[in-house]
Amino acid sequence: MENAKKLEAFQAKIDADIKIEPKDWMPEKYRRTLIRQISQHAHSEVIGMQPEGNWLTRAPSLRSKKILMAKIQDEAGHGLYLYCAAETLGIKREQFLEWLHEGKAKYSSVFNYPTLTWADIGAIGWLVDGAAIVNQVSLQGTSYGPYSRAMVKICMEESFHQRQGYEIMVTLANGTKEQKEMAQDALNRWWWPSIMMFGPHDADSAHSNQSLKWKIKRESNDELRQKFIDKTVEQGEHIGLSFPDPDLKWNKSSGHYEYGKINWNEFWNVVKGYGPGNKKRLAHHKDAHEEGSWVRQGAIAYAKKKRSIQKTA
Amino acid sequence: MEKDNQGVLWEVFIQVKAGRPFKHVGSLHAYDKEMAMQSARDLYTRRNEGNGIWLVKADDIVSSQSVDDEAFFDPSNDKVYRHPTFYKVPDGVKHI
Amino acid sequence: MNQSLYEYCLRLGDTPLILSQRIGEYCSKAPHLEEDLAITNVGLDLLGQAENFLTYAASLKEELTADELAFKRKEKDFRSFHLVEVPNIDFAYVLVRQFFIDVYHNLFYTSLCNSKDETIAGISKKSIKEVRYHLQRSQDWIIRLGQGTEESNHRLQVTINELWMYIDELFYDNEIDNEMTKEGIGVSNREIKNNWFNIVTDTLNDAGLSSPENIPYTLQYGKDGFHTEYMGYLLAEMQHLPLLYPDAKW
Repeated sequence: MENAKKLEAFQAKIDADIKIEPKDWMPEKYRRTLIRQISQHAHSEVIGMQPEGNWLTRAPSLRSKKILMAKIQDEAGHGLYLYCAAETLGIKREQFLEWLHEGKAKYSSVFNYPTLTWADIGAIGWLVDGAAIVNQVSLQGTSYGPYSRAMVKICMEESFHQRQGYEIMVTLANGTKEQKEMAQDALNRWWWPSIMMFGPHDADSAHSNQSLKWKIKRESNDELRQKFIDKTVEQGEHIGLSFPDPDLKWNKSSGHYEYGKINWNEFWNVVKGYGPGNKKRLAHHKDAHEEGSWVRQGAIAYAKKKRSIQKTA
Repeated sequence: MEKDNQGVLWEVFIQVKAGRPFKHVGSLHAYDKEMAMQSARDLYTRRNEGNGIWLVKADDIVSSQSVDDEAFFDPSNDKVYRHPTFYKVPDGVKHI
Repeated sequence: MNQSLYEYCLRLGDTPLILSQRIGEYCSKAPHLEEDLAITNVGLDLLGQAENFLTYAASLKEELTADELAFKRKEKDFRSFHLVEVPNIDFAYVLVRQFFIDVYHNLFYTSLCNSKDETIAGISKKSIKEVRYHLQRSQDWIIRLGQGTEESNHRLQVTINELWMYIDELFYDNEIDNEMTKEGIGVSNREIKNNWFNIVTDTLNDAGLSSPENIPYTLQYGKDGFHTEYMGYLLAEMQHLPLLYPDAKW
């Protein structure tokens, strides 16, 4: 009875667009959904450093090296903001890392795809970040206060990321024949994975309805996907690149692009971690974590010593 | 040996420029206060967001329960006399 | 004179360039997420310094750009210190290498701020603020890990012992250094040697670490165009695209 009343009051707050703060009462399922979603988002930012880091040492100009370095640094920062937001739900960062390493927590499967050429760095910024931004802009309105505040900050900082990626694509598309081929090849490989980033169609999405009701998510997978496609197609055509979807066409009456059938088999295979990408990304993260253990131990011991000196002084 | 951990959680407050209030901008993990200060600088001022930083260990923050706590905040709802717009000032009177 | 100044700017740019390349390699490998961010700031500062000095060097020649200097020069024409060519074996290497360079950069740029060459003085004045912070950070880390656990102390000491031979090069002046110092443009490295040792020894003492005996160095130096075996691989990776697609613009 008590709970039903609380639940009603909780939903009333959500409906009135009042943010939920860490110490407020919340249904256990709301809390669990947030823990899953925010930590998954944090892991994605951090794992997402790897495919781009793969080209940091090979960036072809000082300018592009600088920009890419600052961008990857932002990803680390965004992971950090999100871990902190997730921690307000009562789980420590250590635990999130453990779940990641044990394979219990997921991250966006798009980062399991390899970055094969420099154009992939362009495609990631333009398409993968472009898709992420559509999602993140929407999430600024999420009902959980700390998550929403993290999103506002992230959106502000991300604004240069997509331009960075598109600029690389523009340069390549206007470059030599080989550069242009490189750009087209990257678009061919990254287009579908970035469309899949929005998750399954609304009809097949396991978590969507309740999340929308609680305003954890503000727009459905398909709505967000459509927004992304609508704004991206023209950008690609503008620089003379073509999209690897024969069914992609403008529908005048709906005011949207129609697109072809998504290969969900591939999506689920990547989500489940088949293929070398997932193993490589996780192993890299685990290795760095284990290799860093002695450094953290040193820092822990030093802090302890300092505390005991302060006490005796 | 201690159990491996990510250090202590700190809350970060930034002052945009001298004279302005310090505002909460986020959190970070650090093992000691020097590291916390440097990380705050590297993380929260890398776009020139400010030139003053306060750090507080999250554990040391005393917080009100929540907005659900009606007895705590509602009584100040009706004390409109604390706000300047409550008072009538004759037309034409300035600088008050 | 122009040729010497050009040469001098190359060495000012090359050491931060190569070190930032190493820091870039370390991306997503730090022991702590906060440290990943922090060390990237150092990398970005160094990359900026490299760009500034190489841009100036390029401006002294006709039709040359900083990018061409960074991405199309042969190994023999690089002037970086061997110390920064050493790979990121573990965090101790990343840290000790950084600390040694940070102390050097602080002393070096402080003097270089008085250069008669306005561009060099200007870049140095900007850079000194950056490297002052780098030093504060690396110094704190040396003390933290030196006084941390037995293992962290041991790992640092082993690394200090390994890297100690490379510092010899920091204080070596060749004809270019001598000429530039005489002109009031450059700084004599010999003259900052004592201060370097004082700062490093004091910090190591505070950290419960010791400075090894000085070891004579047997290789020819980076600023004379001779490099470590590591350098070829580093450049092969860094210069990969511009060399593979010589006509392309990026």
